[in-house]
Amino acid sequence: MTLTTMSDSFPTDSVGLVKPQVHHFDEPLTLRSGKVLPAYDLVVETYGTLNEEKTNAVLVCHALSGDHHAAGYHNLDDKKPGWWDNCIGPGKAIDTNLYHVVSLNNLGGCAGSTGPASINPETGKYYGPDFPVITVRDWVNSQAKLMDRLGIHKWAAVIGGSLGGMQVLRWAISYPERLGHAISIAVAPKLSAQNIAFNEVARHSIISDPNFHNGRYLEYDTYPKQGLMLARMVGHITYLSDSAMRAKFGKTVMDFQTAGDNFGRDLRTGKLSFGFNVDFQVESYLHYQGERFSENFDANTYLLMTKALDYFDPSVDFEGDLSRAFANSSCKFMLVSFSTDWRFPPERSREIVRDLLRAGKEVTYLEIEADQGHDAFLLPIPRYVKAFSKYLQRVHEELVNHAS
Amino acid sequence: MRPDWEIIQQWIEPNSRVLDLGCGDGSLLHFLKTTKNIHEIGLEIDDNNILQCIENGVNVIEQNLDRSLSNFQSNSFDTVLLTQTLQALSKPDVLIDEMLRIGKNGIVTFPNFGNWKSRLYLLNKGRMPVSKFMPHAWYNTPNIHFCTVKDFDALCVEKNIKVLTRTVVDSQHRSSWYMKIWPNLLGEIAVYHISKYQ
Repeated sequence: MTLTTMSDSFPTDSVGLVKPQVHHFDEPLTLRSGKVLPAYDLVVETYGTLNEEKTNAVLVCHALSGDHHAAGYHNLDDKKPGWWDNCIGPGKAIDTNLYHVVSLNNLGGCAGSTGPASINPETGKYYGPDFPVITVRDWVNSQAKLMDRLGIHKWAAVIGGSLGGMQVLRWAISYPERLGHAISIAVAPKLSAQNIAFNEVARHSIISDPNFHNGRYLEYDTYPKQGLMLARMVGHITYLSDSAMRAKFGKTVMDFQTAGDNFGRDLRTGKLSFGFNVDFQVESYLHYQGERFSENFDANTYLLMTKALDYFDPSVDFEGDLSRAFANSSCKFMLVSFSTDWRFPPERSREIVRDLLRAGKEVTYLEIEADQGHDAFLLPIPRYVKAFSKYLQRVHEELVNHAS
Repeated sequence: MRPDWEIIQQWIEPNSRVLDLGCGDGSLLHFLKTTKNIHEIGLEIDDNNILQCIENGVNVIEQNLDRSLSNFQSNSFDTVLLTQTLQALSKPDVLIDEMLRIGKNGIVTFPNFGNWKSRLYLLNKGRMPVSKFMPHAWYNTPNIHFCTVKDFDALCVEKNIKVLTRTVVDSQHRSSWYMKIWPNLLGEIAVYHISKYQ
């Protein structure tokens, strides 16, 4: 069990101090690529108490740059809580008074689970580029192994946004009898050419960094900082919306009538440099985001995560017909999209809803008006969080009624 | 039980698939789920109604009825409901076609504008009828396509739609012998059970 202690210094609706656990698996995992991972570790955090019948467990799946640390704090002096602290905690949407939340770092990650920055037991060196390409399906298979380890037979719900939402859909397809509800937020049934194009720019910027050393940078005691920064900068643009950027970088009114007229063109120093330095706030923000990210994230993991996104398409086994992929799913579905998300816009969620309806499945779908773009799924947008909360409250009521 | 639900529920097969176009807070679907064990989907656009549906445990999809229903396959539902929504649609005739494409049969309820009260209001005051039941002024009403029982009968004939049952009731959803004789004059709410001719 994860140790959870409340501290006076944390907000009352926080899960408080949490401690990750490492689970080691010796049973080989055969991957979609045909390669085999002989053994692996998964690092896991849990919040809330598992009931005696083990029916109140929910799995939270992380997106591209997330990890197992979804809620609470690791140290008393942590400045920020886990990545989905907005939604996980006592009384929050994923209410830890009701649910036992399981959150893991996926295989290929760089936060403690086996990945390219781990030591390959066969060679005694870093895996680096030798770490096999992992797909969403492989993640879900490894999550099912974890589930068995934890003694959980059926998730009350599997929940995730973006790449996490794709894992949710895969759960409903691969393990139909092992989840009650699939909650998939800001997702797409598969990437568009434009999505893949952005991923390729990100990958190319990493691979072409002179410090990349064909992925063996750790052996050279260096890392492709510039490449990773660029990758994150371009990625970050796709997570925001035009309107979100205008609002974020358009706070200075100056000569303008209203901040809105500024189009988010706040200057960094108040005047143009007439050089190729950073002039606008948005530029310096992107640099900062890229810089911070590059210090905490493994470049090979970034490559793997973007490939997992590119390869995701559950319809491939069904001649392109996603509705057939869902034929055996017995869970109920909730999908949520956001109006200004141009990475996975509402139309992409509507495609999934259409195919779920074709498969005769039970589905709830909301389209949330929000300015924040793709990032909205992580933010406390009232209508979204309210619907999400109510849905999970209802799921819990059904659990209780079913048990009694 | 609400009297209109009483009328509607007798046309719903147990364990059938029911689509409710403009399902409101989902209470009708919830009722049918409880009593008939239906497999339900509701379509709704109002924020609060959608939240209520979720609270009621009713499957709800945020979708505007004035846009396409092409995401629904033909004959994918047993019954399609359209209760007190017809008059608020931009193309009610198109939606009636869609109902009977998606469902094997349909149930439509609407306020009967041919009711004597509406007629008298217009005759006496010379203004668009406003009542407790239809409280909006002409310029801000969501009800943009009023019709009468006779109008709807004519539409069914024109579209070759089979009227399985036609019931009219008062605003409390009660029926009586005189409403059966003069439905267009005395009925306040019309309840139709319709299908395609085979």
